[in-house]
Amino acid sequence: MAGDLKISEPEPQAPRAQHPFREVLQMFVGNRAAVVASVILMLIVLAAVFGPILYPTDPFEMVWAPFTPPGTDGFILGTDYLGRDMLSGLLNGGRVSLTIGLVAALMSVFIGISFGALAGFYRGVVEEVLMRITEFFQVLPTLLFSMVIVALFGASLTVVTIAIGIVSWTAVARITRAEFLRIRELEYVTASRAAGASNMVLMTRVILPNALPPIIVQAALMVGSAILFEAGLAFLGLSDPNVVSWGQIIGSNRTYILDASFTVTIPGLAIFVTVLSISLIGDGLNDALNPKLRRR
Amino acid sequence: MAVRAGYALALLLAVVILNFTLIHIAPGDIADTIAGDMGGATEEVMAQIRADYGLDKPFPVQLGIYLGNVVRLDFGYSFFFNTPVTSLIAERLPATLLLVFTAQIFALVIGVVLGVISARRPHGLLSHFVTLLALFGYSAPVFWTGIMLLIGLSLLLPLFPVAGMIDVALIDAPLWRQYLSVAHHLFLPALTLASIFLALYSRLTRASMLEVLGADYIRTARAKGLSERDTVYRHALKNSLGPVVTLAGLQFSAVVSGAVLVETVFSWPGLGTLALQSILARDTPTILGILFFSALVVIVGNLLTDLALRLIDPRIRGGGG
Repeated sequence: MAGDLKISEPEPQAPRAQHPFREVLQMFVGNRAAVVASVILMLIVLAAVFGPILYPTDPFEMVWAPFTPPGTDGFILGTDYLGRDMLSGLLNGGRVSLTIGLVAALMSVFIGISFGALAGFYRGVVEEVLMRITEFFQVLPTLLFSMVIVALFGASLTVVTIAIGIVSWTAVARITRAEFLRIRELEYVTASRAAGASNMVLMTRVILPNALPPIIVQAALMVGSAILFEAGLAFLGLSDPNVVSWGQIIGSNRTYILDASFTVTIPGLAIFVTVLSISLIGDGLNDALNPKLRRR
Repeated sequence: MAVRAGYALALLLAVVILNFTLIHIAPGDIADTIAGDMGGATEEVMAQIRADYGLDKPFPVQLGIYLGNVVRLDFGYSFFFNTPVTSLIAERLPATLLLVFTAQIFALVIGVVLGVISARRPHGLLSHFVTLLALFGYSAPVFWTGIMLLIGLSLLLPLFPVAGMIDVALIDAPLWRQYLSVAHHLFLPALTLASIFLALYSRLTRASMLEVLGADYIRTARAKGLSERDTVYRHALKNSLGPVVTLAGLQFSAVVSGAVLVETVFSWPGLGTLALQSILARDTPTILGILFFSALVVIVGNLLTDLALRLIDPRIRGGGG
């Protein structure tokens, strides 16, 4: 009898939480501008990576009459004041600009997180000292300081990247510190501490992952500003003279804008579109990672 | 305020020490540069130059001597320009100050006006325009913006002068004509420099206004029958300016950096163009002097921001750091 009795149990259907990554991705995809920007940025990156391989020309070689307008004589983007192929310069320059932007941004994010995390976690004297250093770098006119570093230590790609990285980390440091100050008081941190987690584990495994969202957004924006920074240095003639970059093309053609404004307009557009895409992606990330802030 | 000023002095001191140290550890020194200009020199001549510039003394002594001179506003002698650095900078500093502060005022005034208008209609056409403008200002390289304005408004449509700070023909003209000429020359560079920050300020004004407009005291103001204009401009705007002014203060270092590029584009005779010349010539005394004064501009800008904040919001008083 009892064996016949069958209680139909409800299917065990706990509300399944989505993987946080998928949730973020869904939010991001909902932002149309960010999606379009991602596609454009991807195309730019592809052009910079594969362009010089598919279009193997020397950007420094004088190949044709100077100031050939775009689209004539087989030069899609024309030639510059020395008769160098603009397309070749743009593709090769893209490599340099993007690489420096990315590496310098990574460097400044690393410095910024280290400063902010130590200051926010240990507080007291450590915080005082680290935040004073941060303020010092905020007062320093960053571009002038980087110009001096490049001039003193030689204009190689490494020096330029370092010169950008060591002056651009203050915003990341401040954001990280603020997040650490907030999170370190939360219960799960206290719980981990009670469970015997070391300071290092608390900082890197417990607090940092939860502090990441605003830092990631800032890091995305840093790539954009590092590209602008590099362009500025190159425009002034203070970058590696042996490699082309977008800013350098503008700087060297600047005196001839009356003869051929396209030699300045086109590389400027390249910088603009790249940085614009990165800012839009940053906006999209911001909306996706900090949904609570979406009230504007 | 006294605390802030003392702190500002400490920051300046740190700037001087850092830069002096950097130049000391960098490969090559003044003697190398001078010898290079002369087309080579013997060891004895090099030693003589080093002794003349005090480079044979130990580093702490050199630093001490330099700091002592800086206190007396003596930044040494520029071998490249053949002038004392202090007078060189005194000649160029006013142009940079004029550019930097005009650009900040441009950016603040236009930015706040745009921000307020778009906050009153958060989904209107202008609001979208402000967002677009913000993206442009943030993403376009400032030197490129400058060149584009130059092509458009000086070459194609000759409304503004191409370069310089004043019409040289006006050297004997009455003072007001000269001022007018400077303003005419200043417009494009200041607008270019302002373009980076204008959008930033308008976006923050908009956000800040939207927040304030939802506050209880605004509803009270409306309820007691205050006109919409008085509500928005006398109550809401005054209370949403704080964050905007704070942000503007934080931007001073970026404004000075941008000024270097803008000065180069428009041949504006300020510290930025001087910096580029002296850096290319490795004229270290001049470089050190420029770094000192540009940091000073940033610090003074920050102190002025503090003062402005106190004027706007009487709740902020003394203390704090």
